[in-house]
Amino acid sequence: MAEQNRKIAFICSKGNLDMAYPALVMGWAALGNGIDVTIFFTFWGMDMINKARVDHLEIPPLANASMKMNMMGVPGYLGIPQIAGVIPGMTPFATALMNSKMNKLGVPTVREYLQMLVDGGAKLYACKMSVDMFGLKKEDFIEGVESIVTAGDFMDMTEGAQIIFI
Amino acid sequence: MSTKTIAGKTVQVNDEGFMTNPSEWSKEIAIEFAKEEGIPELTPAHWKIVDFCRQFGVNGGKAPTLRQITTSTGVSTKEMFALFPKGPAKKVARVSGLGKPEGCV
Repeated sequence: MAEQNRKIAFICSKGNLDMAYPALVMGWAALGNGIDVTIFFTFWGMDMINKARVDHLEIPPLANASMKMNMMGVPGYLGIPQIAGVIPGMTPFATALMNSKMNKLGVPTVREYLQMLVDGGAKLYACKMSVDMFGLKKEDFIEGVESIVTAGDFMDMTEGAQIIFI
Repeated sequence: MSTKTIAGKTVQVNDEGFMTNPSEWSKEIAIEFAKEEGIPELTPAHWKIVDFCRQFGVNGGKAPTLRQITTSTGVSTKEMFALFPKGPAKKVARVSGLGKPEGCV
């Protein structure tokens, strides 16, 4: 009997920029180690595969206790006053900052990362219930998304896999 | 650290089977390592990648990551997975007599 290949499945439920990357980075590492990768996008995580949204993911400083001003070069761990987080422009500002930091490190964009994963053999699926709820269609998703599947389908296709919920 | 006899030569390898002294490498060794990695024959397309990795490793002392390979050689991710299935960067690093690639992309 052939040896069963190791399998990992990620469930991406968040659409914020910082929460988009964990599955991409780990999925890429998994493919690099010869592990089968399946990624299931649900709820806000569908922004990652939504053509209209994937290039515009954001990170809001509001209610993010870990985002300190040292990101902007201010020494120490001075916080960003929560009241400042509501000022229009703060979210785009924080997003631009994070994107430029990633860019300097040579980290691909979310769109490019997904393409790399697909090219490496990862399987991408959208969650049926979320798709129905948000009124989306398969055409709204980037190329590489295999199909829209139910939670039950996901359970079937991830038999024996290690599942990581993000 | 241990040694391994491959293609008639004894080379130094680490616990994971990666060569630790790139200067001990030869083309014959590459062919044998490729067989161990499930690649029966190294085609010119394989050699193009191996040559790039050798050059990269000799200059920097480290194996390139998959993204470094694809962006520098123009060989696509898809092709890389076809040439070196299941973990291209790791396999090509081993075939090229380099250590395991470091870095997340």
